[in-house]
Amino acid sequence: MTKITSNQVRHVANLARLRVSDEEVQTFTNQLEGLLEHFSAISAIDTKGVQPTSHPIAINNVFRKDVPTPSLSQEQVLSNAPSSEDNRFSVPQILGESE
Amino acid sequence: MTITISKDTQFEAVIGLEVHVELSTATKLFCGCANDFGSDPNTNVCPVCMALPGSLPVLNERVVEFALRIGEALDFDVPTQSVFHRKNYFYPDMPKNFQTSQYDQPICMDGKLEIQTSEGTKVIRIERAHMEEDTGKSTHVGSSGRLHGADYSLVDYNRAGVPLMEIVSRPDISSSQEARAYVSELRAVLKSIDVSDVKMEEGSMRVDANVSVRPVGQEQLGIRAEIKNMNSLRSLGRAVDFEIARQIALVKSGEPVIQETRHWDENAGKTSSMRSKEEANDYRYFPEPDLVPVVPTDDMREMVHSSMPELPAQKRTRLVDDWNISDSDARTLVSNPELYEFVQVAVSIGGTDIAKDATSFAIIEVAGELNEKGLAIDVAPITSENLAQVCTLVANAELSRNQAKTLLGYLVDRGGVVSSLVQELGLKQVSDTGALEAIVDEVLAQYSDDVAQWADADEGKRKKLQGFFMGKCMAQSKGQGNPQIFNSLIESKLGN
Repeated sequence: MTKITSNQVRHVANLARLRVSDEEVQTFTNQLEGLLEHFSAISAIDTKGVQPTSHPIAINNVFRKDVPTPSLSQEQVLSNAPSSEDNRFSVPQILGESE
Repeated sequence: MTITISKDTQFEAVIGLEVHVELSTATKLFCGCANDFGSDPNTNVCPVCMALPGSLPVLNERVVEFALRIGEALDFDVPTQSVFHRKNYFYPDMPKNFQTSQYDQPICMDGKLEIQTSEGTKVIRIERAHMEEDTGKSTHVGSSGRLHGADYSLVDYNRAGVPLMEIVSRPDISSSQEARAYVSELRAVLKSIDVSDVKMEEGSMRVDANVSVRPVGQEQLGIRAEIKNMNSLRSLGRAVDFEIARQIALVKSGEPVIQETRHWDENAGKTSSMRSKEEANDYRYFPEPDLVPVVPTDDMREMVHSSMPELPAQKRTRLVDDWNISDSDARTLVSNPELYEFVQVAVSIGGTDIAKDATSFAIIEVAGELNEKGLAIDVAPITSENLAQVCTLVANAELSRNQAKTLLGYLVDRGGVVSSLVQELGLKQVSDTGALEAIVDEVLAQYSDDVAQWADADEGKRKKLQGFFMGKCMAQSKGQGNPQIFNSLIESKLGN
């Protein structure tokens, strides 16, 4: 089975916006390695011809009519915002934005 | 095989288009908030589209219906089952930190669209179309002249969760003209099936272009760049042309084309590199556990199938066949539903015999004039009844085409009753052969010197003379004489 590398852990941490120390990277690499090993038992099962499960409950087509329902008030919407301006959420500068 | 590049190497462009269309439903994709453009900020927002803890999405059935309509109109396969996935990325325009989209099981697969190119009809294959939610709208606030030191953004989530269909073409497009033709035809189709208002300028239709170039004859594709921010057909054409030229220049000078997202700047007329939202596009898609699969039933498919309206291509073929009009006139009518309606009503009054005249008068005299005035046809003084009556007078030779144009000019301006305007303006065409013959005799007698030249004149000279006599006859009849009758009278009197 494939081994987890410390670089993979750093990459995933970066995608999840988690700051991890070198020590933590080592710890998580070992832990994730153990986890994957545990789950590797699943790979032993023969799943040939078995459709992947897309949802644990066997129901389809749960729909809602296209009819408007009340929204929240502006005050309610913004009540948990750390910062707002002109009835909009104020967020720090977005890195990676070219404009 | 890679082809060695020299300064004479010919290049071809390979273009695929990703089109996002906002669906014109009453509510959002997964909640009952209004799908309404232009509301006050953050007024169409609820716990579901804000992803507050404990809230659960429920799919809007109308979105599925619209998706099936798109499937039908673009000749897609609609697989038995389709599934939603979470596309994970951190960006403040999505309050959930993921976008609910579709990944490997989209609702529509393998469609196609026919476009007209300079070389004839071309089929553009469409890889897929899938349902997903739109993001919120960020306004970026610059630092210059602001009290707050740092730059920041303001986010309005009214648009977050609005239903979109993303329609992804195969890289079958090879020029900016074809790209425009594809988007224009796609827009016409989507409009005709009434799933979106497809306005590029307002962002309800957004087009991203994947562009690459390669030497002619090379099988392997070049590295592509994705171009964003074109908000009209014109800017799409310009951006694609710019990008093709940029990449060819790079390849010719031996520099690499970088796979990246580039931003089209309409004013500067060029594309520039954009740092991407998520490096390496690692979106970690996984099945959305809060939504169950969509399995379009036979009933749903049948309902959509039986309610499909006539598509633009079918409509154009019908008009060309039944109305005997040109393909280009048919195109004009089909892309202007109001103008089509105007002509259609006239034809239903006057019969298909007048359809050709009605179309050409409507496009040139009526729409042309209204465009100059900036007036919409449905509020203009002229009516379809007017157009039908004028065309019938022309068909019965009671009005010449020029008189018809004069009359239509009046009707476009101030409307009125055709029969009284004909009287008032003295526009009645005279087709009484006796009366016209008297005029021809008079003219020929008056210009006997010119008549004398007829016998020895060559064909060109005769044409000129005939035109001259014709002009005199028309003037003599104050423009009311039937030109066809004048012509045959002049010809028979001059002989061979």
